[in-house]
Amino acid sequence: MSKIEKENITLKAENLSIGYRTKKQSTIIGSPIDFSILQGEIMAIIGINGVGKSTLLRTLGSIQPKLSGTIYIDGEEIERYTHKSLSEKVSLVLTEPIASKNMTVWELVALGRQPYTNWIGRLTKNDQLKIEEALILVEIEALKEKPCYQLSDGQLQRVMIARAIAQDTSILLLDEPTTHLDLYHKAHILKLLRTTAHTTKKTVVLTTHEIELAIQLCDKMLLLEENRSHFGQPCELIATKVFENIFPKDLIQFDGITGAFQVIK
Amino acid sequence: MLKNRLYRISFLVLLVVLLFCFFINISLGSVAIPFKATINSLLGIEIDNSSWAYIIYNYRLPKAITAILVGSGLSICGLLMQTLFRNPLAGPFVLGISSGASLAVALLIMGASFLPTWIAAFIMTDVALVLFSGIGSFLVLAAVLLVATRVKDTMALLIIGLMFGSITSAVISVLSYFTNAEKLQQYIFWSFGSLGNLSWNQLGLLLIVILIGVGLSIAALKSLNGLLLGENYARSMGVNIAIMRYVIITATGLMAGAITAFAGPIAFIGLAVPHLTKQIFTTTDHKILLPAVAIYGALLMLLCDTIAQLPNSASVLPINAITSIIGAPVVIWLLVRKRKMIF
Repeated sequence: MSKIEKENITLKAENLSIGYRTKKQSTIIGSPIDFSILQGEIMAIIGINGVGKSTLLRTLGSIQPKLSGTIYIDGEEIERYTHKSLSEKVSLVLTEPIASKNMTVWELVALGRQPYTNWIGRLTKNDQLKIEEALILVEIEALKEKPCYQLSDGQLQRVMIARAIAQDTSILLLDEPTTHLDLYHKAHILKLLRTTAHTTKKTVVLTTHEIELAIQLCDKMLLLEENRSHFGQPCELIATKVFENIFPKDLIQFDGITGAFQVIK
Repeated sequence: MLKNRLYRISFLVLLVVLLFCFFINISLGSVAIPFKATINSLLGIEIDNSSWAYIIYNYRLPKAITAILVGSGLSICGLLMQTLFRNPLAGPFVLGISSGASLAVALLIMGASFLPTWIAAFIMTDVALVLFSGIGSFLVLAAVLLVATRVKDTMALLIIGLMFGSITSAVISVLSYFTNAEKLQQYIFWSFGSLGNLSWNQLGLLLIVILIGVGLSIAALKSLNGLLLGENYARSMGVNIAIMRYVIITATGLMAGAITAFAGPIAFIGLAVPHLTKQIFTTTDHKILLPAVAIYGALLMLLCDTIAQLPNSASVLPINAITSIIGAPVVIWLLVRKRKMIF
């Protein structure tokens, strides 16, 4: 590995095992995970329900602790970051509904500036600039005075993405950003995330069930299975035929040429 | 921004109205003191009627200031609890603070009859009442804080607070059953709440505690705004959830505990004022909501107290009844009119 490439790795997992820990025992989900993503890349985490996609994302986002292994963020182990310094490196878009839908789009996106504002949360000119930039990037500038309860699911998702972008971090983690959306909006969100990754040089990691869209739009993919995980570019994963084993073959088959799944009638 | 200017004007208007209510509250009562004499007296100008001056300085002024402190303090507690628990039904007493105070006071008043007379006479003073109610609040608060370190789920904390409430009211029922009528009446009078029992020294103490509580709340303003998205988002934006929970719970405990100690368990204000405020100030920013609920709380408390003292009559109604009788219909009316609760 060349030196330049090494410097550009923003997020890396080594022998990472995830799951839940209680007092008596820890429940490991899936198997050890290894991957590394470069700056400006977009990666999709895929896999069947319950295989640990969200758990992995929440572990990467420090919402829940890892069981073993190492996570590196910009070359440093995740444990070496404080609450505050991590909030300047990693921003999140989660599946949980926001607690208060009464705030305006602008107010919500402005919350993304919290790591940088002073003790009382005063927005500087620079903060306001970053907020406007984020609004423009996800094309919701026209909505900025609207309260969030008036937005559609797709619009709200873009607002949440704008908030994460306004947080100005090198890594953006999104848990199932395309659920509850129709095909057009799914493609729209994923394309938007791809553009964001490539133009702003942020590393974008998302979990999704839209494997076909992810194959087309993501730079890297991480397929989680019960006893192993596969990581690589979509074309590499197609070549090694890993997609063919995701679902029971008697019902769904993967076509490596079109990159699509077919239901057996 | 336009919105900010609008808020500034609203605050100015509110403060003027608050000042007006303050003077009205002082001038009305069993003896009506002319408005002009009231203002003159408060400005330090000698007035002809010396008994008026005496009433104002020793009775009405401390009561009006108490009303302001109690109203603002409880309303801020309500706002903090509603945001922390993300629950519109939360109020300053959800953590069991008032039940703790009630239990301690009930034990003092009704339990004293089981003690030898000379001890009972020794401890049955107003100071003891304040002390016991303060200790009661703080013991329950300490228990809640202890639970908070073990229970990570904020909602579970809410339920635990309510359970504390049930337990204490059950114990109080048992105590009431075995006590005599006179003691029971004394306890019930305490539970009605009263703004008029504070000496200037006690008022000073209450002021200090409220100021500490407000200071802690201001320190938590930014975290409170982050919490509007939920705990996980707040954490990802650099908020230290554990510390923030302690700060908010301590602030509420101090303010609600001190208020209950000095003025009894005053219902409703803490729950209702944040909702009233959010109907008028349509923002979720706590930088604006915190001063707004403080002013609205003070205003509502002054109004309720003015009504409770029944101008030109010698009797005074229990303040606790008035806050609910006036406040509840207002909240219902506002919610029905807007058909939407802003939270």
